[in-house]
Amino acid sequence: MFDLTGKAALVTGASGGIGEAIARALHRQGATVAISGTRAERLETLAAELGERVHICVANLADREAVDGLVPAAEAAMGQLDILVNNAGITRDNIFMRMKDEEWDQVLEVNLSAAFRLSRAAVKGMMRRRFGRIISITSVVGVTGNPGQANYAAAKAGMIGMTKSVAREVASRNITVNAIAPGFIETAMTDVLNDKQRESILQSVPAGRLGTSSEIAAATVYLASEEAGYVTGQTLHVNGGMAMI
Amino acid sequence: MSDIADRVKKIVVEHLGVDTDKVADDASFIDDLGADSLDTVELVMAFEEEFGVEIPDDAAETILTVGDAVRFLEKNAG
Ligand SMILES: NC(=O)c1ccc[n+]([C@@H]2O[C@H](COP(=O)([O-])OP(=O)(O)OC[C@H]3O[C@@H](n4cnc5c(N)ncnc54)[C@H](OP(=O)(O)O)[C@@H]3O)[C@@H](O)[C@H]2O)c1
Repeated sequence: MFDLTGKAALVTGASGGIGEAIARALHRQGATVAISGTRAERLETLAAELGERVHICVANLADREAVDGLVPAAEAAMGQLDILVNNAGITRDNIFMRMKDEEWDQVLEVNLSAAFRLSRAAVKGMMRRRFGRIISITSVVGVTGNPGQANYAAAKAGMIGMTKSVAREVASRNITVNAIAPGFIETAMTDVLNDKQRESILQSVPAGRLGTSSEIAAATVYLASEEAGYVTGQTLHVNGGMAMI
Repeated sequence: MSDIADRVKKIVVEHLGVDTDKVADDASFIDDLGADSLDTVELVMAFEEEFGVEIPDDAAETILTVGDAVRFLEKNAG
């Protein structure tokens, strides 16, 4: 089950905690992977570890020209693109009344607009080949909201709306479009939490622990697989039960 | 009938699964040939591939009938 041999995947944010785990997992299932991010050394280390079937595509998703070049670069490297994982993301937290235009714009640009532009570019080849998987990593916060994260929650909720709309448009072409909404996952993004914050978070998680990157990667493998072909427009929540939506 | 028109009609027949005699010059992809909006995008992609041209979005939006496609390609395809 969940064999991805012969499939080509592009993972953005593969230099980060969750993206790296996703790239590893897709690769382990047999896919060829194009790993993207801005930190070339991190990508090179990962590529060296994975060995074969891996390509590095450095791109700054805050730069529209670089965004528009990324899917063509991945297609050129791998010959095709079957699976797009929109995983790159940033936070610029601030209480709403103090939130700067730049904080809003940067988060929307990298988290949502880049995902839009990459998905639009990827879907063309997917339509032609009558197969495609677009998977966007959103967040529980996009559904529940979170103080201090109006920009981030707006971008993540936007991803879910985009996912549903595109899913409806391309379902008849054997392309599925889904989102994964992690809860609190152990990565650099959550390392910045202090003990008190950590404790209060854990109180809201019935599973009593943070999630792991590989648990998000496993959900990604499932949605990328042939077996998940009848699942589209969905948001898969992987959050230890902290929100049951 | 020009060679371009022949090739256009062949693509339309294949893609939309309609009878050749229905693919008249003034046949509208959506109103007469049962295409949905996604089909029209795919037809444009197929024309681009067959004729090796790029059809920009604003031009694609004016290609509504078989004849529109033939005329565009006669003008723009090498
Ligand atoms: N960790 C959590 O608890 C959690 C919870 C819910 C959702 N998520 C979501 O999961 C995704 C991955 O998060 P993570 O925890 O793995 O965070 P992370 O370790 O900080 O990784 C973020 C990734 O995004 C990339 N990125 C950021 N800005 C970029 C830019 N301008 N251009 C290109 N790439 C850029 C980074 O690449 P470079 O460093 O190379 O620039 C990095 O690979 C994000 O979308 C995040 O919102 C995480």
